[in-house]
Amino acid sequence: MERRIRVLIAKPGLDGHDRGAKVVARALRDAGMEVIYTGLRQTPEMIVSAALQEDVDAIGLSILSGAHLHYFREVKRLLDEQNASDILLFGGGIIPDEDIPKLQEIGVARAFGPGTPTQEIVDFLKQAVPQRWSAQQDR
Amino acid sequence: MRPKHAWMRETYQKSVEKMPERPVLHKTLSDIEPEPLYTPEDLKDFNYEEKLGYPGEYPYTRGVYGSMYRSKLWTMRMFAGFGTAEQTNERFKKLLEAGQTGLSTAFDLPTLMGYDADHPLAKGEVGKMGVAVSSLADMEILFDGIDLEKVTTSMTINAPANAIWAMYLAMAKKKGYDWKKLGGTIQNDILKEFIAQKEFIFPPEPSTKLVIDTFEWGPKHVPRWNFISVSGYHIREAGATAVQELAFTLADGFEYVEWALKRGLDIDEFAPRISFFFDVHNDFFEEIAKFRAARRIWAREMRERYGAKNPRSWMLRTHAQTAGVSLTAQQPLNNIARVAIQALAAVLGGTNSLHTDAYDEALALPTEEAAKIALRTQQIIAYETGVTHTIDPLAGSYYVEWLTDKIEAEAMRYIEEIRRMGGVIKGIESGYFLREIADASYKYQKEVESGERIIVGVNAFQDDEDVEVPLLQVDPEVERVQCERLARVRRERDPERAKEALEGLRQAAVEDRNTMPHFVECALAYCTLGEMMDVLREVYGVYEEPVMV
Repeated sequence: MERRIRVLIAKPGLDGHDRGAKVVARALRDAGMEVIYTGLRQTPEMIVSAALQEDVDAIGLSILSGAHLHYFREVKRLLDEQNASDILLFGGGIIPDEDIPKLQEIGVARAFGPGTPTQEIVDFLKQAVPQRWSAQQDR
Repeated sequence: MRPKHAWMRETYQKSVEKMPERPVLHKTLSDIEPEPLYTPEDLKDFNYEEKLGYPGEYPYTRGVYGSMYRSKLWTMRMFAGFGTAEQTNERFKKLLEAGQTGLSTAFDLPTLMGYDADHPLAKGEVGKMGVAVSSLADMEILFDGIDLEKVTTSMTINAPANAIWAMYLAMAKKKGYDWKKLGGTIQNDILKEFIAQKEFIFPPEPSTKLVIDTFEWGPKHVPRWNFISVSGYHIREAGATAVQELAFTLADGFEYVEWALKRGLDIDEFAPRISFFFDVHNDFFEEIAKFRAARRIWAREMRERYGAKNPRSWMLRTHAQTAGVSLTAQQPLNNIARVAIQALAAVLGGTNSLHTDAYDEALALPTEEAAKIALRTQQIIAYETGVTHTIDPLAGSYYVEWLTDKIEAEAMRYIEEIRRMGGVIKGIESGYFLREIADASYKYQKEVESGERIIVGVNAFQDDEDVEVPLLQVDPEVERVQCERLARVRRERDPERAKEALEGLRQAAVEDRNTMPHFVECALAYCTLGEMMDVLREVYGVYEEPVMV
């Protein structure tokens, strides 16, 4: 029985543009992952608490409103506070290239810009999550 | 005349044997599969008078005005808004200087969701996606130095539309304008928020009630104002096909009409002020056909089904915007070509107003330079291409007429289905629209990823050259400036008057009376947007949509 990757897809903040989030959620599900989509208007607190409760391997945030730095920073801070820094944080949306290094500094594993094939996101998770599992076993 | 199938057999097939058809998807974005050729055979039963008629006459397929662009070009209306009221005011003035003919206001997310700039949920969002407007004070700055009788103003605001419109009218009143002379549009289409854009606050029924308040109050007090812009744009951007966009938008329009009739309003008083807003995407002929079919369906249903007698009630007047979702972050300069072609389709489709997207919008809000090129694109179409010489120049094209009929028939199938389920609100609550749109958008994504649909620069003709695109940066100081102004407003206003105004609004909502006069009083009393919306949140409750992927 192969262990299945568990991913939480969330829309933080006020932005209701959920086309991308839903397409990514479906694609991950089609790739055999377990996907929890939290729906709209989640606060960082709600997102992190759902992630812990669902015991997910990764959190994907979709933000198109320009408030990405704020929300990634908040979610990361709460994950660290809850000793859950090993949950992989990734995301996408309207994110300008110049903000990518800033997101990496915050601790975001990957930010996928507009036009990314969903396969690229699937491949990234299939590679990064099992690494996390082996790191957990080493502890 | 030799039948088409004979030509197919004798000539087309032979040609294909020598030179096979290219292995690409011969399907429109709505999954309609055009044939290789259209001839008079495909329009055998075509009745010119019934299907087309003349421009400015029922069924308005060829355009709502008699002389269309020969008399008046479409309104070039660029959507703008970011940062503080001062910054957006400056951008407005620059666009007007560049020859734009109408204003269009983009609000930030807290405003769209009915929160003040200093609300905890507004943190990180103030001024990011549009301009922050929390009270009349912001509105006064936003339109400072602009002659409201010379321009028409469009405001993209939905759940808090009554409050924002009231602020605009209060601002105009304080500056001494006569409301009877003001022209403009509020989007105020809450149904499509539940279907697609998701900027709703209250449940569907009280939300629709607030919209109908404007139907009742608007024509009496601000007769030249379009109190609704029934919008397909957002439905399309969320992933719907052209046919779904058309069908769901018109179904929304009919739903409002039915609500207004239930309230006892006279259709010929409110219907002339209903306006529309459609997307214009990449499939050139499909988009042109969509606009023509939209006018025909609206005219017929308004006259035949709802019994409207005033010709102005039959006219579907529409704004259009090029498809933001079609813009690519890869090779962004290619977007200039996409926007030009889409804009041309909107014009050939007979739009009355147009916004052209800037080429950098897949990356951020448009810079001034990019917005200017987008406006120049419209001016080139208007003044250099000659497409304005003659009205509805593609009428009579075998393909365009066949496609217009086809889109009309497919859209009517959806509209009938929605009627059978008991109307739009039933479809919202059951998740019907969410499912339809999510399925269509996933299908499109799969077509792109499998390479069946080519997007230049994304899944074909890629290059690794990095184009340096200058991006608009929203000043992080915006939040502080807006919050300070808000604090000053609360400090300096007459607290008694503000309290009474909010109480009046509450009473009107509780007693199910028209809220508009109370919104105007609240605006004049400098009540904030958040305060007004909080009153209604208490009365109506808030809406949570069904979560589905």
